[in-house]
Amino acid sequence: MAAPLYTIPGAAQPVATPAAQPTAATAAAAGTTLEAGGLRTVNQVLAQSQAGAVMDELERDLIGLAPIKARIRDIAALLVIDKLRMNLGLQAQAPSLHMCFTGNPGTGKTTVAMRMAEILHRLGYVRKGHLVAVTRDDLVGQYIGHTAPKTKEVVKKAMGGVLFIDEAYYLYRPENERDYGQEAIEILLQVMESQRDDLVVILAGYKDRMNTFFRSNPGMSSRIAHHLDFPDYAASDLLRIGDRMLEQHNYRFGPGARAAFEQYIQHRIVQQNFANARSVRNALDRARLRQASRLFADKDREFTPEDLTTIAESDIRASRVFQIAAAQNPD
Amino acid sequence: MMTNPAGRITQGQFSYLPDLSDAEISLQIEYGLNKGYAWSVEYTDDPHPRNTYWEMFGIPMFDLKDAAGVMLELQNCRKTFPNRYIRLMAFDSTRGVESIAMNFIVNRPQHEPGFGLVRQETHGRSIRYTVHSYATDRPEAERGS
Repeated sequence: MAAPLYTIPGAAQPVATPAAQPTAATAAAAGTTLEAGGLRTVNQVLAQSQAGAVMDELERDLIGLAPIKARIRDIAALLVIDKLRMNLGLQAQAPSLHMCFTGNPGTGKTTVAMRMAEILHRLGYVRKGHLVAVTRDDLVGQYIGHTAPKTKEVVKKAMGGVLFIDEAYYLYRPENERDYGQEAIEILLQVMESQRDDLVVILAGYKDRMNTFFRSNPGMSSRIAHHLDFPDYAASDLLRIGDRMLEQHNYRFGPGARAAFEQYIQHRIVQQNFANARSVRNALDRARLRQASRLFADKDREFTPEDLTTIAESDIRASRVFQIAAAQNPD
Repeated sequence: MMTNPAGRITQGQFSYLPDLSDAEISLQIEYGLNKGYAWSVEYTDDPHPRNTYWEMFGIPMFDLKDAAGVMLELQNCRKTFPNRYIRLMAFDSTRGVESIAMNFIVNRPQHEPGFGLVRQETHGRSIRYTVHSYATDRPEAERGS
């Protein structure tokens, strides 16, 4: 969020986001040809924008989350059809895209929000496509008169992109009627209405608490067009997520390790504090630790790349989850 | 001596052009943001050329990505001070530059009285000349917004 746009002499060159450059160019190109008119079919619009590529990428990169993908496809379709309508001189009012993500811990709310900024940018809905992720601390001030400038500053930073408010229910504290959170909510409501073309607000949080939040702030609920509920992942999805995570870190399962991990997930799901994909990531991080100390013990061995990238079955089996499961089901 | 022949003061960029439209202002802001400048809004009722530091309308806006944020602040300022000079300034924080890189007027009073030449008699018959802005003739509290 705070990465400078300029280059500081003598400092390392800032890495340009790989996707941003070409998309900006194509979006601009799409804009000019659209003004010239002539696009009549969905395929022509898809060729100009990157909506098709975005949807394919989404399908490939996000595991599970079928209802979420369906909704994003709907939004993409609407934006494409709107462009066609605009070409024929029909009125095409930009839809309100404020969203609310609810779901259990680790179901991918934040991940999807990050992608959403990029997706909406490539679909040509937001101009810049950056994501400003904030929590209560960034919006609410500490004394009277502190909240409004603070919230406005965050809103201004998010213009042209997506404002992601994580754990949004903390904004409203019913137990303290003089809480400054209410002021932040009012400013947000105003901005969500009047600057609809300039930014998209995404609220995220756990389902029950968000429901309470909306009950006490009906204005907020009605300004949000899309309430997306993130379902828990199935065990098979979690296993695929694990595969993907290992791949990203240049690891792979050794013989028997994948089956052991599948068992691990099945045990872990029913145990306490299960946080979906986040639990998978933590489990794999711990497996990597065990792999590291296993290799570390072999002081004189020369390691092949094979050795260094393989998570063995024993690394997974050593997890406490198996002991707890065994204790619960002694048979 | 005519100091203000067109009834329009000329300071900063674009001041010999007709007033920029909001769309044009947005494009200028966008250009500055792409260069990594931080925009700020300032206003004054005394356009004297030596009046370098105008009143700040809010703090400079760092880390913005889109012109809409600056435009929002500019509209607020126009609403608060419709009859004053308002300018946008872009601060370039690059090490070694660290100064204002762009600066142009985006709002003017209905009537711009301009400047008068003041002659001050000093030792002997010598005269000192200075420029005085008519806008400051009345006390500050009576000048209105």
